[in-house]
Formats: sequence, C-alpha cells, structure tokens
Amino acid sequence: MSTLESVFAKNGLLTAFALIGVTMLVSYWASEKLTRGRLHGSAIAIMIGLLMALLAGGKSGVADVPMLSGVGLMGGAMLRDLAIVATAFGVRMEEFLKGGVIGVVSLFVGLFVSFFAGGAVAFAFGYRDAVSITTIGAGAATYIVGPVTGGAIGASSEVIALSIAAGLVKAIAVMIATPFLAKAIGLNNPSAAMIFGGVMGTNSGVMAGLAATDPKLVPYGAMTATFYTGLGCLLGPSVIFMIARTFF
Amino acid sequence: MPIYGTALLSLCLLTGLTVGRMIGAALGVNADIGGVGIAMILLILGCDALQRRGLMKAPTESGIVFWGQMYVPIVVAMAASQNVLGALSGGLMAIMAGLFAVGLSFVLVGVLAKKGGKEESPS
Repeated sequence: MSTLESVFAKNGLLTAFALIGVTMLVSYWASEKLTRGRLHGSAIAIMIGLLMALLAGGKSGVADVPMLSGVGLMGGAMLRDLAIVATAFGVRMEEFLKGGVIGVVSLFVGLFVSFFAGGAVAFAFGYRDAVSITTIGAGAATYIVGPVTGGAIGASSEVIALSIAAGLVKAIAVMIATPFLAKAIGLNNPSAAMIFGGVMGTNSGVMAGLAATDPKLVPYGAMTATFYTGLGCLLGPSVIFMIARTFF
Repeated sequence: MPIYGTALLSLCLLTGLTVGRMIGAALGVNADIGGVGIAMILLILGCDALQRRGLMKAPTESGIVFWGQMYVPIVVAMAASQNVLGALSGGLMAIMAGLFAVGLSFVLVGVLAKKGGKEESPS
C-alpha cells in the first residue's frame, strides 16, 4: 500500500489527471442516465469536486492530502489561466467589442453592488466602523479583494478572515447556482456572459459557473472577470472606503 | 508541431500577466489587472495574423485546442482544491454576506442582460 501511495504522491499531476478523469466520466454518466441531460455533466463534476474538498477539509481542499497534491497543481492558477486563454482560440474580436461597453459598465456596477451587499450584512450584524464594513464588503467582492482592502485600511485579522470566508462563499455559490439560474437571467449569449463576468467578478465562480452552463460562453465571462479583482483592489481601499467613511 | 501552438499560448499568457501586473503597479495596487483578458486578445490577434499568412498548421492549432478542451477538468480540479470548509466555518455573517452579494448580482445580471439585448436587437 505504501508503495502505491508513494507512486501516487511522486507523480502528483498524473494522479490528478486520473482522479479528475474518473470524476468527469462518472459525472457525465450521471448527467445522462440520472438527469437525462437536464443537469450538465460539468455542473455535477464541479459539485463532486466541491464535495471532495469539503470532505478533505483542508485549506486547499483535496490538495492537502499528500497523495492528491497534484490536484492543486492541475487546478492552480497557472494551468487554469492557460486553459482559459486557450478557450479564446477561434473567438472573433468583434464579439468582445460588441459586449465591451456594457462589460465595463457591469464591472463598476457589480463591484459597487457587492461592496454594498457585504457592507449591509456587516452593518446588520452590528459592525459600525467604516474599516470593518468596507473590508467585509470587499470580501463580498472576491476573497482576494477582501484581505487586500482590509490590509490597506488596517482592519483586524478577525475581520479579514471573515472577508475571506465571505468571498469563498460567494465563489462557491456562483459555481453551484449559475447553471440553475442561467435561463432566468438570459445568460445564453456572449454579451450576457460578459455582463455576468463583470458583475460576478469572482474568477473561480465565473469560470466554473459558465463551464457548467455552456462552455462556449467561458471566454466572454473570463474576459471581464479578469479585470474585477484588480479593479476591486484599486477601488476598495480608496473610493469605496471614502464613501463608507462619510456614513460611519 | 503542437508545441508551437502551446508555446504561442504560453507566450500570450506570460505577456498578458506581465502587462496586467504593470497596469496594477502603475495604478498603485499589488494585483494583476486584466492579465488573462490581455492574453486572450493577444492570442486572437496572433492566431489571426498567422492564419492570414498561412502559417497556422493543423498540428499547431491542436497545441492550443487541447488546452481549451482541458478547461472543464481543470475547473473541476480547481473546485476540488477550494477551501470549502473555510467558507462554511466563517459563520453566519460571512455566509450571509457572500449569498446576499450573489443574489443581488444575479438580479443585476438579469437586468443588464435584458437591457443589452434590447440595444443590440435593432442592429
């Protein structure tokens, strides 16, 4: 047994390919046989992935299990970004330009809405200082904007931890909810996908949500979402903190 | 050779991430702004230029297409390496803040997507 374990651990990326391959196989089978294709195979696969991460319970999900550390490499930023950019192959430039203006608008509106939502919940839970409210609002944008903003304006580590948790909840909720809500919000064309990416912003959520809805929409959502976290880190400690300070 | 395509893809991403970091630094934030988006534009323009010159061969293309097709499995691996327990153990406030933001955002996407669709339809 330990021989097998050490082979798996030493060839982590291969173990990941095998594990994820089997997960995909099971998911697509379940999609066809159990839901008659109503729930997309990739949506099931993503939910199985999240469930495995929960059961493993580590900071990096199953990647914290030594034998499965390769899953972290396979699903890490490097290969993820490579695959995302590759999905743009064959997309025509005009498609991006068509959704460009509304994409930019959705970025700004989406950021403000998320900051507002997070800040409002923080207020409802008894926070009354601008620093904490802004930081938790920033976490509701993404789990990177939260700690960056909190660090810049001097939030307590407890509040920063809460902002990261809020961002994680958001990412996971977007992953799970998108395929179910796609039809209701008209998410079935490139422009709508660019709006979706801009408003949601959470990279992992947008990418997984679109993959589970319609993989053809992925490059459009990714195009706008890629600006969100950076823009959030820019606006959070500056404009949004100043707005929060006028109220509290 | 497929490696030509994968090399082009990698170069686009490396360039995009560098430019994204530079934009971030210029604006005074330690974050990448739009790196992946810039890389996608570079890839589209680069492939377009190669195709027009007839330099884009099928094996080269396959070195890009493969990674695009690996997208969903890679996202599943990403989902499996999320801190799901951390999200749930953040307590009710963190869960509410995340869910409220997602709920409002979905409504907003619906409104903007319908508006965008109307503006597009006459053209």
